[in-house]
Amino acid sequence: MHCIEMDHLLKNLQHDLLRMGAMVEEAIYNGVQSLVKRDAELASTVLDGDEKINQLQLEIEDRCIKLIATQQPMAKDLRKISATWRISVDLERMADNVGDICKAVIRLNGQAYLKPFEHIPQMADLCQKMVKDGLDAYINEDVALAVQMSEMDHQVDTLYREIFKDLMEMMSANSNVVNQGNQLIFIARFLERFGDHATNIAESVVYLVTGQRKDLNK
Amino acid sequence: MSPKTQEKIAFHVLRAMTALIVLCLAVVLWDLFSKGFPALTWEFITENPKKGMTAGGIFPAIVGTFYLIVGTVLFALPVGVMTAVYLVEYARESWVTRVIRLAVVNLAGVPSVVFGLFGLGFFVLFLNFGASILAGSLTLALMVLPVIITTSEEALRAVPNGFREASLALGATKLQTILFIVLPNALPGIMTGSILGLARAAGETAPILLTAAAFFLPRLPNSIFDQVMALPYHLYVIATQVPNADEKIPYGTATVLMLLVLGLNLAAVLLRSYFRRLRKV
Amino acid sequence: MIRTKISAENLNLFYGDFHALKDINISMGERQVTALIGPSGCGKSTFLRCLNRMNDIIPTCRVQGKLMFEDSEIYHPDTDVVALRKRVGMVFQAPNPFPKSVYENVAYAPKLHGLKDKARLDEIVETSLRQAALWDEVKDRLHKPALGLSGGQQQRLCIARALAIQPEVLLMDEPTSALDPISTLKIEELIRELKQYYTIVIVTHNMQQAARISDKTAFFLVGDLVEFDDTEVIFTNPKDQRTEDYITGRFG
Repeated sequence: MHCIEMDHLLKNLQHDLLRMGAMVEEAIYNGVQSLVKRDAELASTVLDGDEKINQLQLEIEDRCIKLIATQQPMAKDLRKISATWRISVDLERMADNVGDICKAVIRLNGQAYLKPFEHIPQMADLCQKMVKDGLDAYINEDVALAVQMSEMDHQVDTLYREIFKDLMEMMSANSNVVNQGNQLIFIARFLERFGDHATNIAESVVYLVTGQRKDLNK
Repeated sequence: MSPKTQEKIAFHVLRAMTALIVLCLAVVLWDLFSKGFPALTWEFITENPKKGMTAGGIFPAIVGTFYLIVGTVLFALPVGVMTAVYLVEYARESWVTRVIRLAVVNLAGVPSVVFGLFGLGFFVLFLNFGASILAGSLTLALMVLPVIITTSEEALRAVPNGFREASLALGATKLQTILFIVLPNALPGIMTGSILGLARAAGETAPILLTAAAFFLPRLPNSIFDQVMALPYHLYVIATQVPNADEKIPYGTATVLMLLVLGLNLAAVLLRSYFRRLRKV
Repeated sequence: MIRTKISAENLNLFYGDFHALKDINISMGERQVTALIGPSGCGKSTFLRCLNRMNDIIPTCRVQGKLMFEDSEIYHPDTDVVALRKRVGMVFQAPNPFPKSVYENVAYAPKLHGLKDKARLDEIVETSLRQAALWDEVKDRLHKPALGLSGGQQQRLCIARALAIQPEVLLMDEPTSALDPISTLKIEELIRELKQYYTIVIVTHNMQQAARISDKTAFFLVGDLVEFDDTEVIFTNPKDQRTEDYITGRFG
């Protein structure tokens, strides 16, 4: 029957998206680890992993297109497909952000840091939690969780502004640290972007469940 | 006995029975036509009977039968078709329509001699038409009415409802729909059915025996109140009442009657296939 | 602002004891396509047939409540059904051209309503056939039997026949369910064209079709009008769970 086939195909689709989400979660964790531990090798491993994530995103996109072409989804089914597609695009961008972080780590090339990290790992933790909550909200169709997750982005933004201010101050006091400071600002900036994509996931979840568009990225 | 042998025996028995029917018809026709056709001369068809019907032609009987058929059509067709239209298009399914249908079916089962007797009592004596074309046609009409009603009903029912709906939806009234859509589409069915009914009526003796047919009337009728000679009755008369008639005469008469009936049947078949082809295109 | 063409207020319909339509409230806009969807026996065709009173044919059918066509009440005792049907044309599920010529099919209704002028009839036949996107295909065989046309052409002929009385509303009862996909698309294309001039109400079992061609969609279920909304809303985000279940194929 039509609906059983549709359910089956949608389940496969969800499964792929969760797999992709898990890969992104792992990437951001390892990416930030490579930064903290000054481990350029780990950074390049994570960077290599990006290709797999891109591949998976294309697969998910293909599945969505085929589902639309062959099953003529309607209403919730249609919204699920569109939400899944969009979330996969966001996840892919988030993986790119992680990749950019890793590139910065490689450019820093084991330099001793100006001071111990404080805010950047906090940002990374938040980002990782956002991905996890976003996927949970998606799977359980939990609007409240999605909204709650999107609110974490405010903390991410606050942390970014603080990091930016600190580093600007350090750089203006000491021109020798401009290079490292720049790289670190890039890294913080990528994490901030990562958070923005996470709020997009929350928006997709809200659309999936309610059919309403809601701007959660304020 | 194996099922296969049973099957074979059954098949052959059934085929033999069918062959028997065809054989009977063939024998009758052969006997009739072999003796009848030589009698069919121009004089036989166009002249009056002579010498106490032992010689001459059967012209008045042919014309009489023709008049009777025409009269029957004129009475039976309108009444029959209108009844069928009422039953199919207007009447709601109720005990009244069931009674009407029952009456129609029973009418079909009434023996023809009873129709003749009724015609005598009602048309000839009570309405004082005398033994005449009018009384005979009316009696025959009564007899073929059930056939015409049932075949017309079937023909009307066979008109797809989509046509009625389409016509009504275009703002046609019910009567317009019946006149312009339903009846034209049912016409082939009505006509073939009616012709078959008439073919039967043409060969009937009993209904006209007491109402229309003249024993011997060597002239053509002047009005519908005249008696006429008719082929079936003429045949009966020569075969039973005129002992020394030439054998050719009854056989020739029978052949003409058969040709008339077969001709009507053939017309019905041709008409049906013609309309069928017209539909398809 | 879209003017209301047809509206129902607490419309109820019974076939004998069977309650076929229950308290229907709906309002259909002028020059809009309204699709009626729902499983078999849900009342969508029954509702459609109220709009030109085709249900009158069924003796046990009773109607209560109000059904308005502009300012006149469709089921008012004084309503002239023939006049109503001139304003509300209908196309049926199976193509049902009369076994007459193409020309006679289209000219049937105008002739019936008293038009005798040959030139005027020719003109009506041509415009109707053009509107139904059939003219180019049949202009050389106007006087050949309509039954010689293909199924899709026959259905467009039926549309032309309905257009010949210049109705304001066109009712379509599953007009493509007997047609192949190409003919179906042609009819859908045609419906989009006709929408400029006519208010169209279409019953369809094909949900993609409803989604493709209609402005508004009404979902019926066992005599109830469950949901009536913009087509896009119905097919992306219906409010009622029953609508959702039906259009995603999880019904029953």
